[in-house]
Amino acid sequence: MPALALLSVILLVPLFSSLVRSLSSPTWTLDNYAHLFTDGVTLTVLGRTATTALIVTAVALLLGYPYAYLLTRVGPRARAVLLVVVLVPFWTSVMARNFAWLVLLQRGGPVSEAFAFLGMPDVVLSGTTSGVTIAMSQVLLPFMVLPLYSSLGGIDRRLLLAARGLGSSPIVAFWKIYWPLSRGGVVAGVILVFTLSLGFYVTPALIGSPQQSLVAQLLNQRTTQLLDFAGASALGIVVLVVTLLLVAWANRFGGTISAIGVVATSGEGTKR
Amino acid sequence: MTATTTRPASSDSVADATAAPSRPPHRRRRSADPVPWWLIAIGVVVAGYFVLPTVIVIPMSFGGSSSFQFPPKEFSLALYERFFTDPKWIGSLGNSLLVAVLAALIATVFGTAAAVGLNALTGRLARAMRTLLMISMVTPAIVLAVAVYISFLQWRITGTLGGYVLAHATIGLPFVLVAVTSALGGFDRRLLRASASLGATPLHTFLRVTMPLIGRGVVTGALFAFVTSLDEVVIALFLRSPTFQTLPVQMYTAVTVEVDPTIAAASSLVVVSVTILLLIPQLVRRKTPRS
Amino acid sequence: MTTTAPSETGDATTTSASPRGTQIRLDGVTKDYGLSIPAVDRVTLSIEPGEFMTFLGPSGSGKTTTLNLIAGFETLSAGSIAFDRRDVGGLPPHRRNLGMLFQNYALFPHMTVAQNVAYPLRERRVSKSEITRRVGDVLELVQLTGRDNHYPSQLSGGQQQRVALARAIVFDPSALLLDEPLGALDRNLRAALQAEIRRIHREVGSTFVFVTHDQEEAMNLSDRIALFRDGRIEQVGTPEQLYRHPDTLFAARFLGDSNVFELDERVVGDRVGWDGRAWSVAPSTTSTAVSGESATAIVVRPEDLTIAASDADVPTGANAVSAVVRDVEFMGAYRAVTLGLGAADVTGTARLDALDARLGPGDRVVAWWSPARQRLVAA
Repeated sequence: MPALALLSVILLVPLFSSLVRSLSSPTWTLDNYAHLFTDGVTLTVLGRTATTALIVTAVALLLGYPYAYLLTRVGPRARAVLLVVVLVPFWTSVMARNFAWLVLLQRGGPVSEAFAFLGMPDVVLSGTTSGVTIAMSQVLLPFMVLPLYSSLGGIDRRLLLAARGLGSSPIVAFWKIYWPLSRGGVVAGVILVFTLSLGFYVTPALIGSPQQSLVAQLLNQRTTQLLDFAGASALGIVVLVVTLLLVAWANRFGGTISAIGVVATSGEGTKR
Repeated sequence: MTATTTRPASSDSVADATAAPSRPPHRRRRSADPVPWWLIAIGVVVAGYFVLPTVIVIPMSFGGSSSFQFPPKEFSLALYERFFTDPKWIGSLGNSLLVAVLAALIATVFGTAAAVGLNALTGRLARAMRTLLMISMVTPAIVLAVAVYISFLQWRITGTLGGYVLAHATIGLPFVLVAVTSALGGFDRRLLRASASLGATPLHTFLRVTMPLIGRGVVTGALFAFVTSLDEVVIALFLRSPTFQTLPVQMYTAVTVEVDPTIAAASSLVVVSVTILLLIPQLVRRKTPRS
Repeated sequence: MTTTAPSETGDATTTSASPRGTQIRLDGVTKDYGLSIPAVDRVTLSIEPGEFMTFLGPSGSGKTTTLNLIAGFETLSAGSIAFDRRDVGGLPPHRRNLGMLFQNYALFPHMTVAQNVAYPLRERRVSKSEITRRVGDVLELVQLTGRDNHYPSQLSGGQQQRVALARAIVFDPSALLLDEPLGALDRNLRAALQAEIRRIHREVGSTFVFVTHDQEEAMNLSDRIALFRDGRIEQVGTPEQLYRHPDTLFAARFLGDSNVFELDERVVGDRVGWDGRAWSVAPSTTSTAVSGESATAIVVRPEDLTIAASDADVPTGANAVSAVVRDVEFMGAYRAVTLGLGAADVTGTARLDALDARLGPGDRVVAWWSPARQRLVAA
């Protein structure tokens, strides 16, 4: 027990002193927070970060839903293979993965060549928000697929066949029966992916452009270049609070806890 | 069949995470209810998306060109040679391993003790501790990095081995806690009483009963703490000093400043060794008896 | 644990008080968790060497807590516990030298049968060859020879409990504590293991303390039963004493079926009135420890109740009550008759010869019994 206390101190003291610093320099004031909303930059960056997170979440849902559905439909062996594949991004080193995306998306890289081959030269995704989105979606997809899979796995597909038997078209049957039943997993996955994308640092720093920086880069810049510790602390606290609120909200939906458990045990995902 | 052996140690490793939320009803009669082709097509594409970056670093590492290029134009071991001879690279690898071993060690000792203590605990304190644990896991790395950096500046431990170890032990601790707690979840505390009634001191009981039964969780947690530290880049970027850099930081520099393709070799080595490391708990599991 | 060949012939219910057993004395034993009533409240009891003592009671009555206090898993709030007159209050569980059997077996899943059984011997630094010999002996005693290298998960529940039993007796403990060891087993297996436990008790001759909420199990196994209620011992005695001579209504109801006539009137002299009839409660005919003043009910066991067609058929000196037959069930060896007794229509049961098929539902009869078979009980 003292062990836990000791290490939580090392974790919590910096966070707590951040909070204190953001409120107390130079004197007790909320100015550091007020500045965030008036300096013209922070709000823009926060907005861009949220937009990027939303797009990443949408991409993850669009790709993750059919993948999770496929997982529930194939035989056990294929399922095992597909599940291992889901977890590959988890244990691929952060730097290795981002380096790979950089190479894939750079000018003259395979992706750009492919676009040129299709008659669209000069499509370069590195240095763009689209590139960042692609790289981020890949590593966040597992957080969409796993909760979705546990939710879809519990749905009796005969309901769908029954609806078809009663004369519904496949699309109506899906929309009226399957989708509502899967909503718990969708909500869990969406909140999880959105939350996690807010704190990404390495991917936007390497693949994005400095002009299109996200909140993590802003934090870095405030800290290491502007040495505005109070401002950085305030911004950090804002990001932390938003994250915690979102996670707490996600926790209220059933099945989300297991998803966060997956985050915990599958490792580094949160630390990107 | 006791509860301890039948319950799969849930989600204490990567592959268990795959098994944990599973158990969808099996569907047969493929002819009556076939999997549509477009679904398979999407599945294949998404699967490719998952593995693509991991797969391309390996051929790239045998490239040997002086810039980042894919597909590589030639086959050579030049990048590996440079990785293992350039003190910048091999030195940062040494630093990383040192930090990771120490951080994992501390995280494992403290995390195991905390998990055992927490397990005996119920009520408000335990809930508070779990909440704390959750917070530490969902805090974005950059937020933590900035906070830790500023505090460490004040404590004058940025750029020191101690600073790295402390920070990495802290982020590794939750993994140990979760893994050991999950192993303890399948652990029947009545075994402790049984052991005491058979004449074993608490220390013997811990060594001969508790440890063997939660050992897998401890190993898993230690591995995760080790890998987490080995791979951690955000905090390391803040704590780096000209004299002490970890491998991920060197890789970061290789991409952003130096345009040094040796990173391909480094990436391949890290990917392959981490994969092997994470397979260890799986192999350990094989050895335990099953009915 | 040096054992002789199994002797299946001995009388099952009595035990030769072997000198090997340990006496366990509880004196004013109390465990208070700070709730409204103590979990165990001033329990005083002497468990004799080699005795098979059962703690019987409903859940929450304090029987398991008392067992845990003896084992040392709980600390005393007050009172003392002594083994052979030696106070063990300060001894941690691992120094009390008690064998213990748990409901869920509590076998170590990562050890084989042989390793499990050898565990207490290894803790006691017994030599290797001696361990091998004693493990072999005890596995033979519990009829598990040849299973040495199985893991617990490869055994059935009954086999697992036998391994646990072997493990708990292999080191010659001062006493064996059994905490509802048969609770997880199905009915047939339970009966088989009851016989096994009885046989092993006979053979090792050590003191057994057995906790159960199953009155049948308690009656089958025990030399004596301590009946627990709300943290206290309600009554201690042999199964027959408890069945034949319950002191309280609780004891009467907990062991076996009873017909209960709750008394509205005070006992006056040798007689008491019930449903307009005067019953004899003379001490000369009623073997009872409860005095007339404190008696609140009269208890009659179903097998002591006889059914007559009318009052004319009731022998003089018997106590009788008018009754209506509600149901007759054929049980094989007898017919169980459910009765509505007296004007108050109190539900009661009687046993009828299996061949006696005269009665049917709705019949008005008279139920009677000899005052010698009735029992005055307190609340």
